[in-house]
Amino acid sequence: MNEPKSSILSRSGTMPLDPEAMAPPETPWQEFLRIFKKDYQALIGFWVLMLLLLTALGGKALTEWWVVFDPEVVRLTDKFLPPFSVPSADSLPADQPFVGIYLMGTDELGRDVFARMFQGSFVSLSIGFVAVGISLSIGILLGGLAGFYGHVKLGFITIDTLIMRFTDAMMCFPTFFLILTAVALLPPSIYTIMIIIGLFSWMGTTRFVRAEFLSIRELDYVTAAKALGIPEIRIIFRHMVPNALAPVFVSATIGVASAILTESGLSFLGFGVPPPDATWGNILSDGKGFIFDAPWLFFIPGMAIFVVVLAFNLVGEGLREALNPKLRSR
Amino acid sequence: MWNFILRNIGQRLILLIIVSFVAHSFIHLAPGEPSEVDPMNPRMKPEDIAKIRAAFHLDDPLHVQYFYWIRDLASGELKSFKDSQPVLPKIWDRFLNSLPLFIVATLLVWTWAFPAGIYGAVFRGGLYDRGTVLLSYALISIPGFFLSYLAILWVVGWFGVPVISIKTFGMEHAEPAYKMMDRVWHLVIPSVMAAVGGIAVLSRYVRSQMLEVLSQDYVRTARAKGLEEDTVIYRHALGNALLPFVTMFGLLLPGLIGGSVIFEQIFAWPGLGRLAYEAILSRDFPVIMTLNFIAAVLTLAGTLLSDILYAVVDPRIRLH
Repeated sequence: MNEPKSSILSRSGTMPLDPEAMAPPETPWQEFLRIFKKDYQALIGFWVLMLLLLTALGGKALTEWWVVFDPEVVRLTDKFLPPFSVPSADSLPADQPFVGIYLMGTDELGRDVFARMFQGSFVSLSIGFVAVGISLSIGILLGGLAGFYGHVKLGFITIDTLIMRFTDAMMCFPTFFLILTAVALLPPSIYTIMIIIGLFSWMGTTRFVRAEFLSIRELDYVTAAKALGIPEIRIIFRHMVPNALAPVFVSATIGVASAILTESGLSFLGFGVPPPDATWGNILSDGKGFIFDAPWLFFIPGMAIFVVVLAFNLVGEGLREALNPKLRSR
Repeated sequence: MWNFILRNIGQRLILLIIVSFVAHSFIHLAPGEPSEVDPMNPRMKPEDIAKIRAAFHLDDPLHVQYFYWIRDLASGELKSFKDSQPVLPKIWDRFLNSLPLFIVATLLVWTWAFPAGIYGAVFRGGLYDRGTVLLSYALISIPGFFLSYLAILWVVGWFGVPVISIKTFGMEHAEPAYKMMDRVWHLVIPSVMAAVGGIAVLSRYVRSQMLEVLSQDYVRTARAKGLEEDTVIYRHALGNALLPFVTMFGLLLPGLIGGSVIFEQIFAWPGLGRLAYEAILSRDFPVIMTLNFIAAVLTLAGTLLSDILYAVVDPRIRLH
C-alpha cells in the first residue's frame, strides 16, 4: 500500500522530507483567530455579545424560573420613578424590587424597568436567533438545491430556474412592507413575529449559497470524493456545506442584528410582541409616549438596542474580514 | 444590444407574472378577512357579512379573484374596499406627496456617501477613516424611529420650528417666503432621517470598492509612471471605482414604497408608506396588493435599467 508514497519521496531528491516542515504554518482556525484578535472593534463587540448572552440567560432564569425580578408586578403607588429611586413607603413589602431600589426606574404602571429589560433581553435575542435560524435553513436548502441539482430538469424547466426565479420574485417586494402585512394579518404572537421575519429574509442567503455551491462543485476535492464513490448526500453535507458556510456565518450575524431592528420597527407601528412579554422593542415604543415625563423609559431601551445591534454588526464585519482571504491583503 | 434588451424585458415580464401571483395569493391566503375588521360590532349581522363578501368577490375561488383583480387593475377600475375610491388615482396622489421626500433623501445619500467613502479609502486607516467607518456602523445600528425622535426633540427645541406633517396647518394666507420656509423645514428632517441609513450603507460600499480599485495593477503603474497622486486617484481610480454604482440608480426606485412606512408614520407624512400602513390596518386588500405589485414592478424596471446602463458604460461587459 505504501508503494506510491515512497516513490514520490524518493523522486523528490536528496532533501529528506520532514513532516513537521510540510505541515501548514497554521490551521485555518488559528489564522482566523489571529486576524480576529487584532480587530479590536470586533473583539469589543464579541465581549458585549457574550455579556448579552449571559444577561439573556440570566433574564430567562431569574424572571421566569426562580422569580427574583418580577417584571409583571404592578405598583400604582410607584409610577414613573426615575432610576435608582427607593420604593415609596406605601408600596407593599412583597412588591419591593430585589435590590431595594429601582435600578432603571419604573414605568407608567409602576413596573420595574430593570426587570422588564432583563426579561426582554432573552425575548429580543431569541427573536433574532429563531428568525435567522429559519431564514438560514430555507436559504441553505434552496441555495444548495439550486447549486448542486440545478441542472436537473423538472418537465420543461430546470430546478435552478425554478428556485432562482422564485427567489427573484420574492426579492422584488419591499421586505419590511411584506413582513408588516403578514404580521398585521396574522394573530399577534411572539412566534408569529419570529417566523414571519425568518420567512421573508432568506433570499440573500439562497443567492450566495448557490453561488458558493456552483464554484465548490467544480473543485478537485469534490471530483475526488465522487471518484471515490462517496454518496452524494455525504458529499453535500460533509464536504461542501462546511466550505460554503463562511459567508453564511457573516450574514447570520448581521441578520440577527437586523431582526432585532425589524422587531423594534414593528413594535413602533403597533404590531410588535403582544403585552405580557417584554421585548426591548416594545419597551422602547411604549416609552416614546413619556419622552418628556420619564425619559429613562425611552433612552434605556433605545441605547440597549443600539449597543447590541452595533456589537452584532461589528462582530459580523470582523468575521467577514477574518474569513475572507481576498480582503486580508488589504 | 437590442437583442439583449428585448430578451431582458421578456424575462422580466415572466417574472412579473410570477410576482403578481405571489402578491395576490400571499394576501388572500393569510388569515384575516376584510369582513372581520370589526367583529365586535353588534350591528354586523351574518347577512351583512355575506353581503360584503359577495360584493368583494371573497367567496369566489382564488384564481377567479385573481382574474377580477388583474382585470380591474388593467382597466383602472379597481376600487378600494375601504371607501370605494379608485385605487390608482389614490396611489398617484400619495405618490406625488412622497416624491419630494424621496428626491431630497436620494440627493442627500448620493452627495454625502461618495465623498465620505472615497476620502476614507484614500486615507485608509487614518483617524477620519476609522471615525467614519465606526459612525456608519453606529448609524445603521440605531433604530430609525429612536434617532428620529431625538432629531425632532433637538430641532424643535433648538430652532423652534414645526417639523411634523407636510406643512403647518393654517399657513395658506401667509407670505410666499414664509410658506416656502415652512415647507422646507417640514421636508428637511424626515428626508435627512430617511437618508441616514442609506448614507451609512452606500459610503461603506464606495469605500470598499475604492480600496479594491486602488490595489489594482494599473493604479500601481500610474504611480510608477510618476503621475501626481491626485491624477492617479481622480483620473485613473475614481472612474473605475464608480462604475458599479451606476447600477444602483436603478435599484433606488423600490425604496419609494418599502423604506418609507416608518418614517412617514413618525412624521405624519401623507405619502405612499402611510397609505400602505392604513390599508393594512383596514384590510384593504386591493390597495395592499396593488402597492406590493407596483413596488415589484418598480424593482424590475430598476434592475432592467441598471443592467442596460451597466452594459452601456462598461465596455468589458459582454452581452450574451
